[in-house]
Order: sequence, then structure tokens, then C-alpha cells
Amino acid sequence: MNHQAVSGSGLDQKAKPLKLRSRPWTATLILIGGLIALALGIAISVSFGAADIKLSVVWTAVFHFNPDITEHQIIRELRLPRVLGGVMVGASLAVAGAVMQGMTRNPLADSGLMGINSGAGFALAVCFAFFPGLPFMYLILYSFVGAGAGAGIVYGVGSLAKGGLTPARLVLAGAALSALLSALSEGIALYFRIGQDLAFWYAGGLAGTKWLQLQIMAPWVIAALLGAIVLSRSITMLSLGEDIARGLGQRTGLVKLAGTLVVLILAGASVAVVGAVGFVGLIIPHLTRYLVGVDYRWIIPCSAVLGALLVVGGDLTARMINPPHETPVGAIIALIGVPFFLYLARKERREL
Amino acid sequence: MQSHKIISTEDTRRKHGLKVIGVLAVLIVMMFIISVNTGYIRLTPLELLNTLVGKGTEKQELILFQFRLPRIVISLLIGTALAVSGAVMQGVFRNDLADPGILGINAGAGLMVMLLISFYPTTSAAPVYLLPVVAFAGAACTAALIYSLAYKRHQGIAPIRLLLTGVAVAAGMSAAMIVLTLRLDPDKYQFVATWLAGSIWGTSWKFVLSLLPWIVILLPYVFYKARVMNVLNLGEQTATGLGAHVSKEQFRLLAAAVGLAASSVAVSGGIGFVGLVGPHLARRLVGPKHQLMLPASALIGALLVIAADTIGRWILQPSEIPTGIVVAVIGAPYFLYLLARTKS
Repeated sequence: MNHQAVSGSGLDQKAKPLKLRSRPWTATLILIGGLIALALGIAISVSFGAADIKLSVVWTAVFHFNPDITEHQIIRELRLPRVLGGVMVGASLAVAGAVMQGMTRNPLADSGLMGINSGAGFALAVCFAFFPGLPFMYLILYSFVGAGAGAGIVYGVGSLAKGGLTPARLVLAGAALSALLSALSEGIALYFRIGQDLAFWYAGGLAGTKWLQLQIMAPWVIAALLGAIVLSRSITMLSLGEDIARGLGQRTGLVKLAGTLVVLILAGASVAVVGAVGFVGLIIPHLTRYLVGVDYRWIIPCSAVLGALLVVGGDLTARMINPPHETPVGAIIALIGVPFFLYLARKERREL
Repeated sequence: MQSHKIISTEDTRRKHGLKVIGVLAVLIVMMFIISVNTGYIRLTPLELLNTLVGKGTEKQELILFQFRLPRIVISLLIGTALAVSGAVMQGVFRNDLADPGILGINAGAGLMVMLLISFYPTTSAAPVYLLPVVAFAGAACTAALIYSLAYKRHQGIAPIRLLLTGVAVAAGMSAAMIVLTLRLDPDKYQFVATWLAGSIWGTSWKFVLSLLPWIVILLPYVFYKARVMNVLNLGEQTATGLGAHVSKEQFRLLAAAVGLAASSVAVSGGIGFVGLVGPHLARRLVGPKHQLMLPASALIGALLVIAADTIGRWILQPSEIPTGIVVAVIGAPYFLYLLARTKS
């Protein structure tokens, strides 16, 4: 059994780089087209809402801001931070997913499935219950810590076992840890009667995004995204298998450490801004790999753009479905993501 | 000579198993006494005995017969049903990680309950007796959905695919539930949240009666099938070779397991991990033979739920921690431990 699995993956390692090449032209096209679409999405998102605002007004609100005009204020204080938050979160989650999938060679890796979201959620439940009115700075810090602890446990349990980190094991460990942490969060929520506040946050919504949040998050996120791009070459090698990467002279331990740090910052920051939006990190890297091939130097930037598009689009849909009520964007993306996950689980034969 | 030896080890094993079962039964009785005594008003063992034979005060009788006993009986029944359901699922799929909760059955029941609650204007107007029915329907439909999504032609049901499908479907249902959550008013929300967290809310004899038929019918059926499950455990090919109609038996047993799980989810909400932990401990204590393993799991499950319910009532008196939360806090680390130990 074991021997078969080893030789199977060995074959795979040889065959993959030959069979699947990277497609830089497609990638460039995706980057340019994606950025244009994103700009369009941002414009639509800013002008669409409870009060429809003309694009020309949007333009003047951004570039010739006049605090006396209500529409300008709506754009400045509500809509712009919201859509920019969407861009940031989408890019972060998609890149975090891509880095995780590349590093672990695990097609089902995603921050939502790996205990990161529930870890951050638990940390926030504790903060809401025991330190109400905690400044946002600290909330973010604690949600980072929670995300890190969640990921650490899932990853640790998955890799401690004989046979290593198979996709199924990772998903199951993630499911069990999520069950545990959400049981604890639920207990806290029920006791302190903060359940619905927590649910609002956890459901994933961009509605409450504020400039302050963006200001605090942006430097971290940008640094981590740049870090992911710097790491992308090494991740491509890692994705061919650890032995090959080591054979090519890579310090795999160091790369994995840096990659994990990048993932934690990106996922932790996103969870702190919008709550638990799952499946972005699962779908987008798959889609991107399908489109541009196996080279993470292309996969990572393309994932960032496509992820941002997905979340901005999802948020727009969330506002349109049932106005004036907000539907959580996390729920919408989960409803897209679940069938996709089911499809992957069916397709995957070798390791599952 | 050799065959004689085998028979004798078989015999000692059975004796050992019966001993374990006896100890478990004694533990349950002890837990029962503790549980009756836990709560706002305490009953000493003597008072308890007096009340049971009808010599207690009116107040004592009210507390015992109307509040505590039905709840304890329900928690025992639920524990039994969930653990046996988990044991059957693990046996049928030959996968030690199968559990009704992980397979998404709780999520399906939860979604239906949430739908029912959110369509009624107030919590009091919502027909409480409809809840178990709706929850049962939700659980059964979800099980059928997951089964059909995980089914592949020529390959049948691969255990891992089933688990992943269950996880995904549960995620989708939770997403849908969150959407509904946000529209509920706070009172309703609190009710649904408590239900979802797995609190034993059906605490009157009516719920015992609604649960009992399922258990009275399905439990003997499953025990009767113990030998078939032993054969199934040998693997599909061997089982077919030994003359078992594998896919038919699998389907029947699975239907029984779903019936047990769904009926207990209906009165207790989403209690997870009992179906996982119970059979595991049982297997470790009495070995893999289902004739012993099934009753042992039933008893461990009952013990686990009654203990969790008692702890939940005791820790934060006078408010309660839902049983499901206590069970998850015990069960999830155990699951992770198992996951880290099993080979792929």
C-alpha cells in the first residue's frame, strides 16, 4: 500500500512539470483584464447601494472631496472603505490559500477548513465576552493569535500522524478543531448573550468596514502579499515535492516558516476585518492553476486579483439579493464554494 | 488442541467483555444518583428512594417525576442511540472517524429547525411538537443527500469521500443557517442557538415517548445484525465471499443508524462526538466483536451524555451549559488524538 503510494507520487513529480506548463501570456492577460474588471467592480460597488450615486459624483467625491455634500460623505465614509476592504480581504484569502496549497501540496487547504477562522473566532468571542469595548488594535492582535493557534493545532495534528499530512486528515482535523472551538465560542456566547453580535461578525460582512481597520491592516497585508511574491519561486519548487526542492538547493524549512507566517498574517487580517469568509482560498487558487499553470510566480499575483474580484462581486451580490437587508458575503461565497469542494472531493482519487 | 485454545481465549474475552459491561452499568447507576441530586434543589439518596416508591413530599415528587427523571431518561436514550449509530456507521464504512455529527446530520436537522422557527412570528407560537418531526426530516434528508453525493458508480461509497462530502454539506448548511440567524429577533435567536448547541430541551415524558419507539425498534435490529457487521468488517470482497449481500446490508444498517441519530437529534439538538467516542472506547475495552462492542458502546454513550448533562447543569448554577458543548469539549480533543494516531 505504502510502496504504491510512494511510487505513485514519484511518477507524478516527474510527469507534472512536463505535462503542465505555465502560461505566462494567459497570466498577463488575466492580470490586466482582472485589474480592469476590478476597477469596474469597485466603481459599481461604490455607486450602488441604498442611495444610488452617479459615477461622476463618485469621481468628484474621491478626487475633489466636499464634506458638505451628503453623497460625498456616504462614499468616503461607507462605500469606499467597504469596497477596499473587500479587495484587501479577497486578495489576502486567495493568496493565503495558494501559498498553503503550494506548500502542503494539498489541494484542499483553505484557511476556513484549517482551523484559522474558528481560532480567530474563538479569540474574538473571548474578547467580546470578557473585555467588552476592547480597542480594535487589540482585537486584531488577538484574532491573529487565535488564527495562529488554530492553524498550529490542525497542522500539528495532521502532520504528527504516521503517513503525514493527507488532505483528508487535514480536513478532518480542521473540522474537529472547528467543532471544539465553535462549541466553546457558543458556550461563551450563550452565557453572555452576545451570540447574535458574534454571529454578525462571524458571518462575514464588509458592511462595517472602517478606515481605521484598513489603516491598521493595510501595511501588514501589503507586506505579506509582497512576501508571498518573493517566496513564489520557492513555493513552486516546494509544490513539486520536498525532496526535489531540497535537491535543487532550497532551504525548505526556512521557506515553510516564512510561508506559514505569510498565511497567518493574511488569513488573520482578513478574519479580523470581515469574519469567517471561507472557500475563497480554496476556489481561487484552483481556478488560477487551471488557467495559468503550475508556476507560483504567476499563480500568486493572479490569485490576488481574482480573489479580490470574487469578494467584491460577492459583496455586491450580497447587497442586491435582498435589499435593504444585508446578506453576509461569507454565506454567499460558501454557497458557491461547497459545490466546488464536493466536485474536488469526488475528483480526487489518488490521495483520498 | 489448537481449536480448543482458540475457544478458550474467545471465552475469556467474552467474560472480560461482560465484566466491562457490568462495570459500565454500575457507573451509570451511580451517575444517575448524582444527576438526580444535581440541581437547584437537592435530594438525598434516602429522599430519592422514598420519592421513587411514592413516599416523598409533593414538591419532591414534582421535581423528580416532572423535571429530573424525564431529562435523565432522555439523556440516557440519546446517548445510547447516538453511540450505537456511530458504531454502526464506523462498522459499515470500516472507518473509525465516522460519526453522525461529523457526517452533517446535525447540520441538516439544525437548518430545518431554524427554518421552522424563523417562519413563526414568536417563539411561543412555534409549535414545539413539530420541532422533533421537522428535525428528524431534516436529518434524514441530509443523510440521503450526502449519501447520494458521495456515491460513485462502480466504486460505491468510499469512506473518505463520504466524510469530506459530509463536512462540505455541513459547511453549506451552516452558511445558510447564518443567513437565517441574522434575521431572527434576539429571543428566537437565543432559543435556536441553545438548540443548536445541543441542549436537551425536550424535558418531558412526551419527548421520551416520541424517542422510545425508534430505540425500541432499531436497537434490537442493530444488535441482531451484529454478526453481519462482523462479516462486513472483514472487507467487501471477503464479506461477499462469505455470502453476505454487502450493499444491501450496508444500506439497511445505514438507514437504521440514520434513524437512531435523527431521532435523538430531534430532541437534543446537535450533540456531536458521542457517536465517535463511544464506539472507540468500547472497542478498546471489549474488542472489535460487535456482539459485545455494540452494547458496550450503548452504555458508554449513555454514561457520557448523562455525565455531560450533569456537568453542564452543575458548573454554572443556576444557568446551564448545553450538553452538546460539554460533549464537544471532551470529544473533540479525543478525536484529534485519534486522528494523530491512526495511519492514513
